[in-house]
Amino acid sequence: MPTSRRGFLRGLGMAGLGLAVSPLLARLGGPATEALAASEKKKLTRQWVRVVDLKKCDGCEGRKTGPACTEVCRSTYHPLEGQEWIKVSRVEGEGGSSYWMPFPCMHCENAPCVNVCPVGASYHNENGLVLIDHRRCIGCRLCMAACPYQRRYFNWKEAEPPKNVFAEYSPEYPVPPIKGTVAKCVFCAHFLEIGMPTMCTGACPRGALYFGDKERDVITNTREVLSLSKTLAENNAFRYKEELGTEPRVYYLPGHGQESGREARG
Amino acid sequence: MGKMARKAKAEDPLLAPLLHPGWGYNLVVVILAALVAWGIYSWAGQLRQGLAVTGMRDQVFWGLYISTFIFFVSISLTGTFLSAVLRVTGNTWQVPVTRLAEVITGAALLGAAAMIVVDMGRPDRLLNVFIYGRIQSPLIWDVIAITSYLVGSLIYLYLPLIPDIALCRDRLGQVVSPARRKLYTLLALGWQDTPAQRERLEKAIGAMTVTIIPVAVSVHSVTAWIYAMTIRPGWNSTILAPYFVASAFLSGVAMVIIFMSVYRRAFHLENYITPLQYSKLGWLLLGLTLAYAYFSFAELLPGAYKLEEHEVGLLSLLFTGGQAMLFWFSIFGGIVIPVALMCWPKTRNVAGLTIASILIIVTMWIKKSYLLVVPTLQVPLMPFFTLGQYSPTLAEWTITIAGIAGFILVVLLFFRFFPVITVWEVTETSGDSGREFQFSLRA
Repeated sequence: MPTSRRGFLRGLGMAGLGLAVSPLLARLGGPATEALAASEKKKLTRQWVRVVDLKKCDGCEGRKTGPACTEVCRSTYHPLEGQEWIKVSRVEGEGGSSYWMPFPCMHCENAPCVNVCPVGASYHNENGLVLIDHRRCIGCRLCMAACPYQRRYFNWKEAEPPKNVFAEYSPEYPVPPIKGTVAKCVFCAHFLEIGMPTMCTGACPRGALYFGDKERDVITNTREVLSLSKTLAENNAFRYKEELGTEPRVYYLPGHGQESGREARG
Repeated sequence: MGKMARKAKAEDPLLAPLLHPGWGYNLVVVILAALVAWGIYSWAGQLRQGLAVTGMRDQVFWGLYISTFIFFVSISLTGTFLSAVLRVTGNTWQVPVTRLAEVITGAALLGAAAMIVVDMGRPDRLLNVFIYGRIQSPLIWDVIAITSYLVGSLIYLYLPLIPDIALCRDRLGQVVSPARRKLYTLLALGWQDTPAQRERLEKAIGAMTVTIIPVAVSVHSVTAWIYAMTIRPGWNSTILAPYFVASAFLSGVAMVIIFMSVYRRAFHLENYITPLQYSKLGWLLLGLTLAYAYFSFAELLPGAYKLEEHEVGLLSLLFTGGQAMLFWFSIFGGIVIPVALMCWPKTRNVAGLTIASILIIVTMWIKKSYLLVVPTLQVPLMPFFTLGQYSPTLAEWTITIAGIAGFILVVLLFFRFFPVITVWEVTETSGDSGREFQFSLRA
């Protein structure tokens, strides 16, 4: 019967079309994350930022177990061997100088990793932090390709079960690492929620790592409380690779550790 | 010879491989199946232990799997090109190889999907792509484009297959197993070759021809955009999408030439796949190789001129660094030698063209896939990294080879049940006692 065949072919075409647009329909069904929806609706009440004072950071040179910030981060989140969510790197300057620079996740406002994530596992929370929902991440690693700061790591295998655990797994406290997903600095979101400073800030022996709230214009390194805008303005603050337009939330105050007694050519 | 008699004679060698493909075919199928089985075994290990069993690490976090994914996407253009683009432009010489091209397309798309799944850290969450898919992500664009293209290609493969399935039903129905006869009867949709049915079929094929071309272009563009949407040397470029489309044309045509040479020799199809097809495809391949050479040059020149820091890192890696061997091999083996083979009259024959195609396919995998992915990731973007290292492990190789073996296996198995040549169209277009097939290669 000619009409039924025509109907069959039409049905085949519709089925193909249906299959093709199904991800679209899923998207229409609801926003990727509740946090995303929240950030679209209302103005952020807090915007966590970091200020790293390079005049104070001496890279913990001579410390046997490496920089204190990296060490406390490792013992809090137990990432895989060799993965350092805050990496302290020696950077060559002009005139034979060098300085130390700590690199945490930049928690970019225009975060390339959040933009490219196919399933909304990387997202901005209501305080502007970039977090990963490891229960949703499919492990495609496109976010790692997108991050111009190379601040993301992959859980290539099952991690050793950690001995000290503060809370149940959450994107704010991603312990233990989940195999096959991407991990990175979480700005100690869980600890901020319960009124504690970020671990690295608390551990820094020189007080070089400030964190604070851009909305309230305040930062602290647990020893002093400063005005964010005043500190940035008076110390020639810069952001790393700012020209890329990622709007990173980590500010650096230039220096070579002079306040900690470090020589420029050290 | 009456028309019917000539038609019946033409059909025999085309249907013979469906009944008795020969021991050589069976041997190849067994070898390919064994390779696939080995790959599945390796994959099981990878699922258990994680991607740590691969050579991928935090700096070079993509490797053979993603490279081979790009390669498969690339060759999937062939079906559209041979059956749609040439059909729209009024050609008929390609008719004997259109089905081959369509099946290569379908198999390559399945291969691409498989490579993505083995690369995923959490393949168990594959459905998240549909449940939580975000249209902002270029990966979701690719999912949409590839699923649409796969569905469209399968329809486009199936439509011209209907009369041939009916032929199998009528001619082979008595000799094959009852299950296979049922399959033919079911898939033939009651085709009786009436003028009304013909007209409807031609209409449907015509509609699909026009539909499939933009979908195919979108697949290759979007696959390029996965990379071009990132701030990485070599990827952060506007040329990537058209470059992908151009090189997909080239690798698609090269792949068809390889397969058609194999089938021609193995199943004695010299009367159907004639010097005409080789001549036409040869000229196309030459033109596409030159276009690809131009795109490769245009891709590299601006970076090499401006010497931006990370671009320098990438280019020195390719020109003189650790990847220089592969890079220069792909330039000479993939462009210079094939062009010479196609231009020099003595090698402008079936063997020469097939060798050129093999060289092109191998170097397409190297240059357009492997060297697109790995060197870019090797370049350190931050002061705390040095040049990244990557060497694939045995597990990674076996899984990748299983993907390629599986691709060939799908093509071979398909033609175990359906004729490789579009019988009804060939017997139509070669009506004048094969006069059209008398073209010389050097004509």
